[in-house]
Amino acid sequence: MKPAMTLGGDSVASLNIPGQGTLAPGRASQAASAASLAGPVAMTDTHAEVAAEKHVLRVSDFCLYYGANKALHGINMDIPVGKVTALIGPSGCGKSTLLRSMNRLNDLIDGVRIEGDMLFNEHSIYDRRVDVIELRKRMGMVFQKSNPFPMSIFENVIYGLRIDGERNKRVLMETCERSLKGAALWDEVKDRLHSSALGLSGGQQQRLCIARAIAADPEVLLMDEPCSALDPIATGKVEDLIYELRGKYSIVIVTHNMQQAARVSDFTAFMYMGRLMEYGPTNTLFLTPHLKQTEAYVTGRFG
Amino acid sequence: MASSLHNRMTRASNRVAFVVCILFTVFILALLALVTGYLVKIGFGSLSWDFFTKEPSGDPKFPGGMRHALVGTGVLILLASAVGIPLGMLTGVYLAEYDAKSFIASPVRFICDVLAGVPSIVVGILGYELLVAPFSRYNAWAGSLALAFIMIPIVARTTEEMLRLVPNSYREASIALGATKAWTIIRVVIPAATGSIVTGIMLAIARVAGETAPLLFTALGSRFTPTGWSDLNNPFPSLTAQIFSNSIQPAPETRALAWAGIIVLISLIFVLNLGMRVFTRSRHPG
Repeated sequence: MKPAMTLGGDSVASLNIPGQGTLAPGRASQAASAASLAGPVAMTDTHAEVAAEKHVLRVSDFCLYYGANKALHGINMDIPVGKVTALIGPSGCGKSTLLRSMNRLNDLIDGVRIEGDMLFNEHSIYDRRVDVIELRKRMGMVFQKSNPFPMSIFENVIYGLRIDGERNKRVLMETCERSLKGAALWDEVKDRLHSSALGLSGGQQQRLCIARAIAADPEVLLMDEPCSALDPIATGKVEDLIYELRGKYSIVIVTHNMQQAARVSDFTAFMYMGRLMEYGPTNTLFLTPHLKQTEAYVTGRFG
Repeated sequence: MASSLHNRMTRASNRVAFVVCILFTVFILALLALVTGYLVKIGFGSLSWDFFTKEPSGDPKFPGGMRHALVGTGVLILLASAVGIPLGMLTGVYLAEYDAKSFIASPVRFICDVLAGVPSIVVGILGYELLVAPFSRYNAWAGSLALAFIMIPIVARTTEEMLRLVPNSYREASIALGATKAWTIIRVVIPAATGSIVTGIMLAIARVAGETAPLLFTALGSRFTPTGWSDLNNPFPSLTAQIFSNSIQPAPETRALAWAGIIVLISLIFVLNLGMRVFTRSRHPG
C-alpha cells in the first residue's frame, strides 16, 4: 500500500526529473494509521504546505540496513530550499542515520546497505557515477560534539579551501573573515586566529565548526544535534546563528530538544522507529498535529 | 564482633600489602643503583678525551679510543632509519587506516608482532646470507638493513597504535568537508599523532642503537673511522661490536676501554629516553 507517488516512485539510480518545484497532488495530506506501524511501510503524513515548497533535496523511498538490521523504512521527504527543517523523534528512530545518508557519510561504515535514492537538485546522490567528494563539498555538516581539528583557528576555517588547492593568501584571509563573521565568532577570535582551536570554549568550538562548514560555501547545512553538548547561553547563540543562516543555506537539523525545533525550524519531520510519521510546518506540527503519535511525542508523553 | 575482627584484618592486610610493595620497589632500585654504580666505577676510570678522539691504536697497553665506533654507530642508525622509518610508518598507516579489519590486515599485524620478537642474532644471520655472502665482504649496507629489519615492526606497531588513538571525529569532519581519505590521513590524522609517533620512532632507535648480534654478522667491525661513501662497502665499525671485541681481549687496558664504551652506550640510550619524555611533556603540558 504505497502512497501514490508518481514522481518519487520506486526509484533507483537513473531518476532524473527535469527541473521542477511542486509535487503532484498525490503527495497531499494522507492519514496514516498509527496502529499499522508493525506492518509494511506506513504512509507518511506530509502536510500540503511542505509539498508546496520548492525543494533542494528529495529523499525517495529510502531504506537503510546496518547489516541485517533495517534502520530506515522507505523514507519519502523533500527538504525545502532556504528553510530550516528539523528532524525530531525518540532516540534510535533514525534521524541521525537519515541525516548522515544525505552526504553519504554512512559510506564510511562497514555493512551499510541502502535501497531507494536521494536526489540533490534533481541529481541522484547514490548513483554509481556520482563524485562523492564533490557532493560532500556542496553540503556542510556540523556534528553533535564539536570536532575542530588540532590546528589553528585559521587553518580550521579554511580547511575546505585548502582541499581545493587554494593558496592565495588574500582569498584565504577573506574567506576566513567572512565565515567567522557568518558564524558570529569573528569578534571573539579575530586577534588569535593562529592560536589552537582547541583552546576555545565548547560553544565557540561549535561555532567554529559552523564557520568551517560554511567556508566552503555549501548549499545545504546538515546539523546533527549541534547544541546538545552546549550550555544554554551557547545554545542560544548557535540557535540565533541558525536563524540568520536560513535563506542563504538550506538547513536540516536533527534535534532531541523539541523547544529548539519549535524555536528554530520552519518545518518539522517527526520520525519513529525508522519511519517518517508526519512532516509539516513547525507550528502546525506542534500545535495541531495530525497523528496521535506525533501529539504524544511533542507533548512529552513518550520518548 | 566478627565484623570488627574482619575489619581489623582487612586493614592489617592493607598495610602489609603496602609495605611489601615498598620493599620490593626499594629492592629493585637498590639493584639498579648497584649495577649503575659498579659500571660507573669501572668504566669512568677509562673514560677520557681519548675515547672520543682516537681510533684503536693496536697497542694492547694503550688501546686508544672509540671515535670510529661512535661515528660508525651514528651512520648505521642514520641509514637504518632512512629505510626503517618510512617503511614502518607506511605499514602502520595501512594497518590503522585502510582495511583495519580486513583479512589481510590481521596476518600482517601478527607477522609484525612475531618479527618484533625475533632474536636479533637470527636477523644477523639472515643479513649475512643475503647481503654479505653474495658479495664476499662484510659491509655497512648489510648492517643498516639488518637494523632496519628490526626497526620496521616496532615503528609499524607503534604508528598503528598511535593513529588508532586519534579520535574518529577528526576523520569524519574532514571527510564531511570533502577531503579524500589520503588527504585526511596526511593532513589531519598523522599530524594529530605526531608526538606519539616520534616517541615510537625514538624507541625504535634506542633499541637498535644497542644491538650487537646483527652487526657482528653483517658489518663486523673495523679499526678505522669511516670517511667516505666507499667505506660503506667494507667492514664497518659500531659501538656495540667494538665493545664486544674489546671485552674479550686479554689486556686489561683494552677491556677497560670496553667498559668506557658501555657507559657511553648506556648514556646515549638514557639521553634518548629522556629526550622522548621531555618531547612528550612539552607537547602535552599537564
